[in-house]
Amino acid sequence: METIKAFMSMVKDSLGYITHGSRTYHIWMIFLTVIMLIGMYCYSIQLDEGLSVTGMTDRVSWGLYISNFTFLVGVAAAAVMLVMPTYVLHDIDFKQAVLIGEGLAVAALIMCLAFVVADMGGPSVLWHMIPGIGVFNFPNSMLAWDVIVLNGYLFINISIPLYILFRHYQGKEAKASVYIPGSILSVLWAVGIHLVTAFLYEGLQARPFWNNALLGPRFLASAFAAGPALIILVLAAIRKFSEFRIEDKTIKKIAMIVTVAAQINLIMLISELFKEFYAPTHHSESAYYLFFGLEGKTALLPWIWTAIPLNILATVLLTFHKLRNNLNVLYFCCFILFVAIWIEKGFGLIVPGFIPGPYGKIAEYTPTWIEIWVTLGIWALGAFIFTMLAKTSIGIELGKLRYRKKEVLDSESV
Amino acid sequence: MAEKKKWFQLDLGLSKAQGSGSCGCGKDSGDCGSHSDHPDKEYRLTAEEFDAAVEKELMGETAVSQTQKDGFQQVFDVKMDRRTAFRKLTASLLVGAGAVHTSCSLTAGNETKEKAQIDWEEQFKGNYKLMTKEEKQATVDRLVRSYQLRKKKNIKMSSADASKDVLFGYAFNISKCQGYMNCVSACVEENNQDRNSQMQYIRIHEMKDGEGFKFNEADDNYYHEVPAEGHFYMGTQCFHCDNPPCVNVCPVEATWREEDGLVVIDYDWCIGCRYCMAACPYDGRRFNWSKPEVPEDEVNKNQHYLGNRMRKKGVMEKCTFCVQRSRAGKDPACVEACPTGARIFGNLLDPDSTIRWVLENKQVFRLKEDLGTEPKFWYFMD
Repeated sequence: METIKAFMSMVKDSLGYITHGSRTYHIWMIFLTVIMLIGMYCYSIQLDEGLSVTGMTDRVSWGLYISNFTFLVGVAAAAVMLVMPTYVLHDIDFKQAVLIGEGLAVAALIMCLAFVVADMGGPSVLWHMIPGIGVFNFPNSMLAWDVIVLNGYLFINISIPLYILFRHYQGKEAKASVYIPGSILSVLWAVGIHLVTAFLYEGLQARPFWNNALLGPRFLASAFAAGPALIILVLAAIRKFSEFRIEDKTIKKIAMIVTVAAQINLIMLISELFKEFYAPTHHSESAYYLFFGLEGKTALLPWIWTAIPLNILATVLLTFHKLRNNLNVLYFCCFILFVAIWIEKGFGLIVPGFIPGPYGKIAEYTPTWIEIWVTLGIWALGAFIFTMLAKTSIGIELGKLRYRKKEVLDSESV
Repeated sequence: MAEKKKWFQLDLGLSKAQGSGSCGCGKDSGDCGSHSDHPDKEYRLTAEEFDAAVEKELMGETAVSQTQKDGFQQVFDVKMDRRTAFRKLTASLLVGAGAVHTSCSLTAGNETKEKAQIDWEEQFKGNYKLMTKEEKQATVDRLVRSYQLRKKKNIKMSSADASKDVLFGYAFNISKCQGYMNCVSACVEENNQDRNSQMQYIRIHEMKDGEGFKFNEADDNYYHEVPAEGHFYMGTQCFHCDNPPCVNVCPVEATWREEDGLVVIDYDWCIGCRYCMAACPYDGRRFNWSKPEVPEDEVNKNQHYLGNRMRKKGVMEKCTFCVQRSRAGKDPACVEACPTGARIFGNLLDPDSTIRWVLENKQVFRLKEDLGTEPKFWYFMD
């Protein structure tokens, strides 16, 4: 009974806490809400007219939505890089970062699910996919696997921080025997979600650009570069805008992870490029299209030639200790690395898979404004959810939100 | 019928108990009379129950007879006529009744109610692949009735299953095809494809003589006089693979391979994720990006649930070898429309069929055999 009461009180306190804040906080949330509303309006147009309002066609049948989905699965998986040292190896440096990381994972997963739903032709019959109620093509379909692992990961990443925060809220220590098994599971699971998502593409013999054994490992490497890079940027913002103290040491340790992952990612990129261009076969056409264009169709060139130099620049800068340890350089590197991998793992991966088509037809894809706004809306949704989660957990961690200690609400100033 | 259902179904108590028995009257054993030659004389059944009973009887019989009859015999099957006649009678009665109701205005809400009822049941029905024969018939009846209510026109919709000892196959004569594209337009008309987006299941690739099969240099969207000098033509469509990658990847089993080899889609079960489209190595699948529109007078009213019935927006569709025709013993529309005789269709299990003759006497090949998809679509030359 007492537990339920405490939980209700936590929900109430958090609701109060996230609706109060500084002017910057309110402006930020209003800004996100406006973007979300525009996105929702555009989605309503899409619902009404069908997916014809997007740039997708029978020739290129997946676009911006699935690109972002793929990238965000990686961001979600990256939370594990912080969970493991903190909970399993008891590395205290990461403790502040890990709740943020898991909040980021939750936000990224919700965005993933939103992107998948936005991409569906018939969202009203999505219940066909619910195991037990619908018909679930398990284990044959990789998409069925993906539904399971993404929702499972979402559950794990909600429940572990919730348990820890709830204990802290009541002024108690979280029991290691409860969350350690969950953390170990989530570590394995994080690798699983990204590998399964890679298998989604890897398993298609129809698309030689994806049907490539390196795809899975490269997904992991790029995810463990882009995800922690985003976490570093978020931690930097939190340090600036809240009283939550994050040590330089923590950020530098995460930077180490980013560096190693980016280096591995670069090695795999070289391996992939070598295979495609040293002895080009018919199956290298998609890579040719991506990097050089085919028959004068060059829509992806500006993107990929932005991504590759940014990727190399960031990796080289991060490799030097002196540069990496300079926080401003580090933030810059993280930002360009994030952008580079977003292009590479999103657009640069999904679209060339369809070009040229099964019979060599080269039809290009350009997203429409409706598609772009729905995408921005979903990103805003993610940022909105993350801000709320982060604010609450920071409040609890700082001791501002405590069971039977209501007066803090009025004194806080975040 | 005792098999475990894998899907969720709302039971509003409207589907009656008739599904439980082996007979429309609900009895499990004994003679109830509905199987006799003059069922209308005995027992007072409602029109629907009677229709269902006749349906069942006919389906049982045609399933047997189809193994012996082929070609036009199946189409001119007397029993099919009786069934159609009976349906039309019921239909016109219902429409007439509807008209009277509307004019009287007191009960005008009935049609709206019925529409809502049908929509509700259609929204929450199961996967066609896993339906029992009764459930298949029920959904077909609902769709026919729904069309009647909305468009005031009658359509004929079949739910015929695959016949025994039939495996459909297709052969394409590259030497004969001249690129006239009659097959393409016949296909569009037969299969009620969306006219606005000009969806076409068949693509004809125009290739240069002397350069072999260079699909990437071929034009599959030409608008000039054919046959063009120095070119040859090759058609592609869904190849109805024996090991179809599209079926494996579907997360909800909305597409599957039927016993007679046809790879079909349940349009109402499809969630529109387009994973099958990415998985198809032959560009065989099409998606309804908008609401498909066909002018009312151009709608082909001879339909099959798995074939050319009207689709909705946001679902996949593709060539079904004209299931509404092929299962009734006819050739697909593209075969019938081809003026050069380049297209050959038939039962691979029938040793006397033309398709078997082609496979046994010509040098045939298939596309992308290295992918292990085992298409049932062969190419050959004279």
